Amino acid sequence: MNNDALHILLAEKEGISGFAFKEAMKAVKLKNVLNCVNNDDQLTEYLNNDLEKPPDILFLDLDLPFRGGFECLNEIRTNNRLKNMIIGVFSNKRSDETIEEAFVKGANIFINKPDNPFDLKDALAQVFNIFWQYHTSGLKKEIFLLNINPD
Amino acid sequence: MILQENLEKFGIPYEVNGMGEVFIDGELSPRQYGKLEASLRKYGIEFIDDHKETLVQQIKEVIMELVYMNEKLPDSRISSYIAREMNLSYSYISRVFSEATHTSIQNYLIIQRIERAKQLIVDEKLTFTEVAWKMNYSSVAHLSYQFKKTTGLTPTVFQRIIEKRENRYSASTKLNCRINRLKNCRSSRENTG
Repeated sequence: MNNDALHILLAEKEGISGFAFKEAMKAVKLKNVLNCVNNDDQLTEYLNNDLEKPPDILFLDLDLPFRGGFECLNEIRTNNRLKNMIIGVFSNKRSDETIEEAFVKGANIFINKPDNPFDLKDALAQVFNIFWQYHTSGLKKEIFLLNINPD
Repeated sequence: MILQENLEKFGIPYEVNGMGEVFIDGELSPRQYGKLEASLRKYGIEFIDDHKETLVQQIKEVIMELVYMNEKLPDSRISSYIAREMNLSYSYISRVFSEATHTSIQNYLIIQRIERAKQLIVDEKLTFTEVAWKMNYSSVAHLSYQFKKTTGLTPTVFQRIIEKRENRYSASTKLNCRINRLKNCRSSRENTG
């Protein structure tokens, strides 16, 4: 069993979903370290710190200031060091085109962000349950695609 | 001492040293282990060791065998199949599995089956009909239903995303090659010139 804490990074303006993340982690009982960044500059700086191992999973808001999530996604997926990092994108844009674009640009998970933090908590718990199987069973990250639509 | 009483009850040889530590002679069979654990649980004593990890690993192997044999068993038969393979009660197996992996055996099996379906689509370029047939799904509709339920995407959308990703990747490699060729051209011209 992997006893090391799961390293999660949340990239979102003001980290408003932090509460839902903490509650979801409590619900699934996974040991974890949760860090937050609030804009793309902080994200780039955090991920390019060579002294630290990249997070196991990044949750990226498509509306992240300043350049937006898609731009960050592009940048991350061209960086060899971050190739294996699982990326979950979340957004309240729910069109099929947005979802597909996110996956094509390298997201592994798409979460349709509900307004209610408790619904978000449930959606995240579902994500972590499946993600955990990938993390512990050595499943192929290249074909790991998960679309969560809580409605 | 509860532990000693129980070890004797199940006929497990043991020794106690001066520190009050109990040493069990030899290895416990999974059966003995399960019984001892169930009995000690009544006293609120929990086992902490590598045994469960090994057990979970074995369960996963049995599940993978099922997936790669492309056998689709009805739910009721999965439990008896795994219990028989492991020679332990299913209730014990499923409890240990859920505690350690944060998911149920049924769920794990579905995740692995869909994972296999994805590999067949991506790596072996099989059609959905071929995948459904090979993996013993009753129909393409049933495969699509379970695929969508597990991944949130239909097999068609999944396939399109993977193709677009591959195109993006090969397009960017081609572009890089062209840039490199141009650079080489220029530098050789500069050298000769």
